[in-house]
Amino acid sequence: MQLTLWTYEGPPHVGAMRIATGMEGLHYVLHAPQGDTYADLLFTMIERRDRRPPVTYTTFQARDLGGDTAELFKRALRDAAERFRPEAVIVGASCTAELIQDDPGGLAESSGLDIPVVPLELPSYSKKENWGAAETFYQLLRRFAAKGEARPATCNILGPTALGFRHRDDVTEITRLLGRLGVTVNLVAPMGARPADLARIGDAAFNVVLYPEIAGQAAAFLQRRLGQPFTRSIPIGVGGTRDFIAEVAALAGVDPAPLLAEEGSRLPWYSRSVDSTYLTGKRVFVFGDATHAVAAARVAREEMGFEVVGLGSYSREQAREVREAAKALGLEALITDDYLAVEQAIAEAQPELVLGTQMERHTAKRLGIPCAVISAPVHVQDFPARYSPQMGFEGANVLFDTWVHPLMMGLEEHLIGMFREDSEFTDTAPSHLGHAAPVPRAAEPATPPAPASLALSWSAEAEAELKKIPFFVRGKARRNTESFARERGLSTITVETLYDAKAHFSR
Amino acid sequence: MSLALEAGCEARPVLRERGQREVFCGLTGIVWMHRKIRDAFFLVVGSRTCAHLLQSAAGVMIFAEPRFATAILEERDLAGLADAQEELDRTVARLLERRPDIRLLFLVGSCPSEVIKLDLAKAAQRLDARFPGVRVLNYSGSGIETTFTQGEDACLAALVPELPPGDAAQLLIVGALAEVVEDQWRRLFAAMGVRDLAFLPARRAGEMPAIGAGTRFLLAQPFLAETARLLESRGARHVPALFPLGAEGSTDFLRAGAQAMGVGEARFRAATALAEARAKAALEGARARLEGRRVFFFPDSQLEVPMARFLARECGMEPVEIGTPYLHRAHLARELPLLPASALLSEGQDVERQLDRCLSARPDLVVCGLGLANPLERQGITTKWSIELVFTPVQGHDQAADLAGLYARPFARRERLRV
Repeated sequence: MQLTLWTYEGPPHVGAMRIATGMEGLHYVLHAPQGDTYADLLFTMIERRDRRPPVTYTTFQARDLGGDTAELFKRALRDAAERFRPEAVIVGASCTAELIQDDPGGLAESSGLDIPVVPLELPSYSKKENWGAAETFYQLLRRFAAKGEARPATCNILGPTALGFRHRDDVTEITRLLGRLGVTVNLVAPMGARPADLARIGDAAFNVVLYPEIAGQAAAFLQRRLGQPFTRSIPIGVGGTRDFIAEVAALAGVDPAPLLAEEGSRLPWYSRSVDSTYLTGKRVFVFGDATHAVAAARVAREEMGFEVVGLGSYSREQAREVREAAKALGLEALITDDYLAVEQAIAEAQPELVLGTQMERHTAKRLGIPCAVISAPVHVQDFPARYSPQMGFEGANVLFDTWVHPLMMGLEEHLIGMFREDSEFTDTAPSHLGHAAPVPRAAEPATPPAPASLALSWSAEAEAELKKIPFFVRGKARRNTESFARERGLSTITVETLYDAKAHFSR
Repeated sequence: MSLALEAGCEARPVLRERGQREVFCGLTGIVWMHRKIRDAFFLVVGSRTCAHLLQSAAGVMIFAEPRFATAILEERDLAGLADAQEELDRTVARLLERRPDIRLLFLVGSCPSEVIKLDLAKAAQRLDARFPGVRVLNYSGSGIETTFTQGEDACLAALVPELPPGDAAQLLIVGALAEVVEDQWRRLFAAMGVRDLAFLPARRAGEMPAIGAGTRFLLAQPFLAETARLLESRGARHVPALFPLGAEGSTDFLRAGAQAMGVGEARFRAATALAEARAKAALEGARARLEGRRVFFFPDSQLEVPMARFLARECGMEPVEIGTPYLHRAHLARELPLLPASALLSEGQDVERQLDRCLSARPDLVVCGLGLANPLERQGITTKWSIELVFTPVQGHDQAADLAGLYARPFARRERLRV
């Protein structure tokens, strides 16, 4: 039993949902109790998708458990196939359905559907979201990938999914980069691919793996089955992108020199610019999925001039890579999915900047440390309206901006250090408008005669009532109530005045 | 999937459906209950899915240290149940060590814990004896048994046997409410001379009210079936009323409470007339925006029936379909006759069929959950997230205009945008 408040990854069936939602023409029939549909809002709210995820939930209830939940599954499958007319269906169980052992795969096979059905076995009590995504993608390829005419200088881009951290923009950036290198993209998968498209995955000479957490297993399989080699370098940061270009060029048999000779990113000059001097040796703590954490540590050290004082990941499956990277930095990697352990490590390392997930953003806020988000789990803020890749040369520009902005600029930092007591430098700066609360007059409802100056006072009760209004609209409520009271010649604001004013202004 | 039209006790047909339900499970109630009772902690015994739901459902990660957590069942816990109990003891010990401020601990059952029949009642008893100073209770928030707000019902129901006995006359208001609403009602009842007013839940574990034969209780929420049943079994008597939404609902609710406490009509009117007049006046603005518009409710919180009554009678809206996860006819007995006859009442859900009905009805406003809102907006349909209706102070006279404002805002936004 693991005690947790927040979790870095969802259950494995959410990983499968990310594959299905990223693809077209694929439907997921999930044996699951009422309530598991919450996962839809990850896509419709966090990612702002304008369509529901292509998932049908069987929604069994306690009273079904004694009866025939298997029949419920078969009916949901039939209905979904009829309504959505997908090219293929994936079927599986969420954590609760796993316990009742209805075997969705077997039930689907005997259902006589005239479209391919891919059964998924995603153990909910030992595996997590990224594993589920990787396994689903792998099972789809096992089913649909076929040998093709491997054209030279042609690749597939593997790994982007729905709800991925900047996947949308990374794919655009890397596709452009490959184009400039003279490499054609045969297929992007899972994002945007149809099941039928997976059958022509063999038409490429090699695979570009952007997110090994999701596509590593699939790429290894394609190498075995179709003999397609795949890339290992991750195009994050200037150095990472250059390594990636060199690796792709070798696999594609093209010349990387012209592209490498270009000044692809502003990051190198911005980092060398003297105003960046204050970045030197800033202590940073890095935590995220393995791919983004390892890449961020390299950028932090080699391209920003920071000192990495902690490196860790929640990706147990990729722990080895993180440990190696940490060792090279003289650190011991922190491999954990307990965010409290990460919080403790951050507190102990006393960094000046945290590069982490949304979880570390909260931790950093508590500890008063600046933070930039470099990895999933995602938040609505991780789907910016603007183009904002993490990968390629533009991605390096984005990293520079996002990591530097939370920090105080050089001179600003000095001023705050020197004049700590300045009222503007504290977040609870007293307002010059503040005034003492009037003395409460218990059981004295009679209003004193209004003085000519119409000095307004708030009764203690009304003042207390005002405090119940959220702070960000409290000022407005106070102003409105006072102008309302003045207009009516009142001198004391009571709770009734407050609500009279509220009613007046909401008309 | 199955489709049946049934005559309700109001002779109003009710469409009953089974199929995919696009609703939260009862665990979601923890999101507000853990703020309501300030020294209570909610420990879900469940899966990673439960933990993921809680952090995703309401974007609650804003809280530094929430008073809830999940004990995630792992493979080895499933292998042997005796071990799972031991593991739970160890987990609770670790939790209480970290949070010595906890006075009331709820072990909250989930779908997996129910399916493997992990006995949380036994665990609660054992842990209660082991940790003096901490009351340990249990309830189920599982999706196989509860829908969204039923989690609050289950939680309050777990508290009822704990309430001390007391036969003194009192009015008890049942259901988690915003503190500002409670305070307004305290003032109004005080003005009527009713001093013996209590709320369930209280704000702290040690302040829960005593109950007994002298207790008359008002339900502030329509989803408290089990809590009401248990209160009655302890001698308390239910005071039927409209739910306190809108001016009409609030007045009826307060009047029922006043009458139960022997307050005369004149005194009641003297105390509440101002608030009611204020609410009616304040509703004018939103009414102008909402009047004549057609509204469609997807099932969510069980608040749908009183909400539709309020929108129809006080804002001039026309409910097309009022979907609710569960229709408690006895508690809604005063509400149902007030609904326009033209509105279709549906219970349960088959989300696909309901979406078909919704799209063919083309309502002006759809009240639905977060999973459906953006997809409907993309199809040009204005939506209101239903979850906001649960997380905002909307009960009582002085919140009536705020409530109408929640429904009016999507229209106001549409009118404003030029992109």
